[in-house]
Amino acid sequence: MDYNFHWRPVFRQLPDLFEAGLLTLEVAILSMILGIMLGLILALLRMNGPRPLRWIANFWVELARNTPALFQLFFFGFGLGAFGLHLTPYLIVLLGLSFNNAGYLAENFRGGFLAVPDTQIRAARSLGMTASQTYIRIIIPQVLRIVYHPMTNQMVWAVLMSSLGMLVGFRELSGETQFFASKTYRIFEYFAVTAVIYYVIVKIILIGSKLAARRLFKY
Amino acid sequence: MIEIKQLHKYFGKLHVLQGIDLNVNKGEVLSIIGSSGSGKSTLLYCINGLEPIQQGQIMVDGIPVHDAKTDINKLRQKLGMVFQQWNSFPHLTALENVALAPKIVRKMSRDEAKTIAEKQLRHVGLGDKLDVYPSALSGGQQQRLAIARALAMEPAYMLFDEATSALDPELVGEVLDTMRLLAEEGMTMICVTHEMSFARDVSDRVAYFHQGHMEEVGPPAQIFGDPQSPHTRKFLASVR
Ligand SMILES: Nc1ncnc2c1ncn2[C@@H]1O[C@H](COP(=O)(O)OP(=O)(O)O)[C@@H](O)[C@H]1O
Ligand SMILES: [Mg+2]
Repeated sequence: MDYNFHWRPVFRQLPDLFEAGLLTLEVAILSMILGIMLGLILALLRMNGPRPLRWIANFWVELARNTPALFQLFFFGFGLGAFGLHLTPYLIVLLGLSFNNAGYLAENFRGGFLAVPDTQIRAARSLGMTASQTYIRIIIPQVLRIVYHPMTNQMVWAVLMSSLGMLVGFRELSGETQFFASKTYRIFEYFAVTAVIYYVIVKIILIGSKLAARRLFKY
Repeated sequence: MIEIKQLHKYFGKLHVLQGIDLNVNKGEVLSIIGSSGSGKSTLLYCINGLEPIQQGQIMVDGIPVHDAKTDINKLRQKLGMVFQQWNSFPHLTALENVALAPKIVRKMSRDEAKTIAEKQLRHVGLGDKLDVYPSALSGGQQQRLAIARALAMEPAYMLFDEATSALDPELVGEVLDTMRLLAEEGMTMICVTHEMSFARDVSDRVAYFHQGHMEEVGPPAQIFGDPQSPHTRKFLASVR
């Protein structure tokens, strides 16, 4: 083997890589928040929406789940760019991930809504709660519990998927790694260290999710 | 007072209630008996506006339930309802189950809502279960929780839809006792029930429903002792 490992330059860039890791985490978290809100709306529209909105929601879910995530990012980058709408790399990744998260979560949420019995709605309405109070106070909390694990998985997926950002010029963890790697030619070392950082981020999410579940779901 | 005039209700083509006329006075306990599918549950759902009606009128204290101008959420505060399936909200403790609607519907403060919730839970004998989640309660306890939850809205009327039918036999008694207690306290109640002894002992009047008609209504002594309709007689013979 005639490849000599040089780790020192990589370790010197560690603070930059950690910072990029935080950016990855930030964009993943924001895309989950947007994805959860949009996914809830999509799920409700698909179940009870008026026809044109139901079609749009179905179309969204179909696209998000059945096309490569990379193409979805490219749509918000080059696609919108072709129409003269140039988003920053940050926004391209955020919107692309949110689009994808919303599509996958909508499907999970739909299963969650179907799993909560109708009689819960009747009981809440009979107490004088409005339809929206019933959803916000009674139905959605139960749905969120049912979809909690799929939601955690989606969060992990969002972190990993955000690495596609380097292909639209976003300097999150992978983009930043690529930048340094090509500057120093220490490609293997950089990506090996970055893989470890991804691994740690994902583990933190999984452990955090488990701890949060213990606090959130006492029933 | 609940006044039902010439009520007709359809599910599609199915004519489920075929011209019901019935008044329930303040303080009265009315039991509704009849075989399954005769429209008893549907009548209760119509009374608190959970189901639309196609003809006739239902008035609660002079307010037409199905009028578009009626604030149905406000009117429902007068009408507590307990369902066959105990519908505890599983993500809330017993106390939260009962306190939620007073807080968000009656706009009470947290403390007020908590006070009334504690009071009603004690009322139904669940004073020691305030912080327990429904999953740790028996069916009978959950049904009493549902009663407390309805009572916390301080309704003028309580509608019971076979509140004991889904319970294991050994749990029926505690729920019936709670219903009996409410009756003694003067609550106006409409109870759809298969418990003939409850209907006989607790009600002021008993109505027998048959295929969408109110076949017969009268004091328990008359309905059970001297039924006028052959349908009523047949039904009573079958449940004895
Ligand atoms: N949501 C509904 N849609 C269609 N049919 C219904 C619905 N609810 C009840 N029905 C029908 O209406 C009739 C009366 O039902 P119900 O009021 O539940 O009877 P009961 O409570 O006396 O057993 C039954 O034939 C039942 O199948
Ligand atoms: Mg019924």
